[in-house]
Amino acid sequence: MIKPKTAFFDFACCEGCQLQVANLGESLLDVLHFLDIVEFREVMSEKWDKDLDIAVIEGSITNDHAVERIKEIREKSDILIAIGSCATIGGVNGMKNNFELEEIRKYVYGPSYQFFQTQKTMAVHQVVKVDYKVHGCPIYQPEFLHVVQCALHGYPYYVPDRPVCCECKLNENVCMYDRGVTCLGPVTRAGCNSWCINNGNVCYGCRGMVSNPNEKGAQDVLAKNGISIDFILNKMNMYNKCRELDKHA
Amino acid sequence: MRKQNLNINVEYLTRVEGHGNIVVNVKEGKLETCRLDIVEAPRFFEGMLRGRSVFEAQHITSRICGICACGHTLASIQAAEDALGVIPTAQTISLRKLLLHLEILDSHILHIYLLVAPDLLGVKSFVPLIDSHNKVVRRALRMKKACNELCEILVGRHVHPISAIVGGFTKLPGEKELDAMLHLLKGIKPDMEATVDLAASLKFPEFERDTEYVSLVSDDAEYPLLMGDIGSTDGVRMNKRDYRAITNEFIVPHSSAKHTMLSRNAYAVGALARFNLNCEKLRPEAKQVAVAIGMKPKCINPYLNTAAQLIECVHCLDDAIAIVEGLKQKGIDHNEQILTDLDQQMKVAVKAGNGVGAVEVPRGTLFHNYELDENGVIVNANCIIPTNQNLNNVERDMEKLVPEIVNRSEEEITLSLEMLVRAYDPCISCSTHFLDVKFVA
Repeated sequence: MIKPKTAFFDFACCEGCQLQVANLGESLLDVLHFLDIVEFREVMSEKWDKDLDIAVIEGSITNDHAVERIKEIREKSDILIAIGSCATIGGVNGMKNNFELEEIRKYVYGPSYQFFQTQKTMAVHQVVKVDYKVHGCPIYQPEFLHVVQCALHGYPYYVPDRPVCCECKLNENVCMYDRGVTCLGPVTRAGCNSWCINNGNVCYGCRGMVSNPNEKGAQDVLAKNGISIDFILNKMNMYNKCRELDKHA
Repeated sequence: MRKQNLNINVEYLTRVEGHGNIVVNVKEGKLETCRLDIVEAPRFFEGMLRGRSVFEAQHITSRICGICACGHTLASIQAAEDALGVIPTAQTISLRKLLLHLEILDSHILHIYLLVAPDLLGVKSFVPLIDSHNKVVRRALRMKKACNELCEILVGRHVHPISAIVGGFTKLPGEKELDAMLHLLKGIKPDMEATVDLAASLKFPEFERDTEYVSLVSDDAEYPLLMGDIGSTDGVRMNKRDYRAITNEFIVPHSSAKHTMLSRNAYAVGALARFNLNCEKLRPEAKQVAVAIGMKPKCINPYLNTAAQLIECVHCLDDAIAIVEGLKQKGIDHNEQILTDLDQQMKVAVKAGNGVGAVEVPRGTLFHNYELDENGVIVNANCIIPTNQNLNNVERDMEKLVPEIVNRSEEEITLSLEMLVRAYDPCISCSTHFLDVKFVA
């Protein structure tokens, strides 16, 4: 078997998703059995400038240089996999789009702000075609391995389009709304095995919204608990601000 | 023969606060340029925090760095609690100290084994070591895996912890979990002993430059990592709320990461700074290691930051075991389990305020500062990262080092510079990138 040439690249992000891959432990050795990893900056110093079978992308696109770079990578790669919220939905970097760019540059860098070029945060699919997405902040390792399997076999991967609640119920967690706390599980894509709720915290919506949320049901829950739409929208925008750019695309 | 011209350009090493280059230029025997350029795409976290609930700050700021996510979490929570006037319980403080120990242990092990050891063993990266030093690589991965599993038990996962929040923890370990943690921690001990033996056999480059070292200090007998005042080897002592008077941030055109200075033209933070200021408070086992490898304060060889990290590993492991044993003895009070959020249960009352968090994370003192309005919404935020504080000091080191080694080959000079920057452990990914070297002659 010829192992596909695979490279990992990062854009604006915390590099935590690459770390999730590096931390796969023994499963990483299994992955290495099937992939020829030619560039992976977090664990390797080698570089690769030829064509690729698979490019794995972490991070959002936030400046001109990044736009050019992701286009070049797309050009030379057969398959492009976006991993992590920053790459798949814009993620926390999208909160920048709540502000005027010049204003936020001045706020962080003061009078020298002109040294620091930036543009509206975009998810990878808002710039180039993406073949597979592994959502989450950080990615959930079992899902990543499953997507790699799909890519190797040439099968499509369908991201679960049901809410986190489906998994949360199976995990027998007490509903956060019953505990008096707002949770984004009802409108967020499943696939993480309700990771955060299992650990006693709420869902922050890091995997993006389901395509057909039960709006009526969600409105009932919000009304019953006296939660305003603005409050929930602000919560959604922690990870999902960049979806606005999809509407205008 | 004295070299007249030298032009070193280590290009596109990435992320410290991101992408950077080493630039050294000697013209007609005179050092003209000596810089660590930081040219990353900024992410504007401080700007983005405005308008967010203080209860969301931990979640957002842990995303500044996947490697130090637990450190950012702890600094963020401390700043938020300082602003809200929340006083954490003794149990919460113990669990936070445990989390910080795990973070430091995990990070230092990676740095010592995967980044520094290859240089000292004369190979280009850890990859060749898989064949030549298979046992060593396996030991490193084993220790790293144990740290990950420990974090998973304590806070759900290591990359972006879930259960550590303002007010305490959303999930507390039970008897079974405490036993599992103790088992994992004790399992690391033999590997730690082997690590000490390995490190004792390594030879670090000789270079000295006196500088000011800064870290948390305190009046009690504990090696201060989570709480304390800010102190320096030049005799400065200030409250953490005066952090701006400590860091004195300024912007230089070649770097998108801000620089800092205190009593002199630069200062250093990190394991060596902590050792120099607080080594008498280390646990006895760690002190023994310091004696065995000949480390004494005030140590002014920046390459020995790695040795200080080793000493801290021993300290953190033993102190983590002591913390878990203490928690087991007392028993965890599960009534302290808490879930806080804005506009909801009001378990933590919100008010206007201004709070600072100062925590010793693996690479040095990390500051978070939030100003809140009366609804607990962030109106101003400021984060000062250890790596930024070290950038200025690294450049001053390079200025002294280059003339001392200018007659060596370009390869040797480049390696010495890379190793110097790497000793500060700017962040694992950027450090691996220093291995790509380009000479522009």
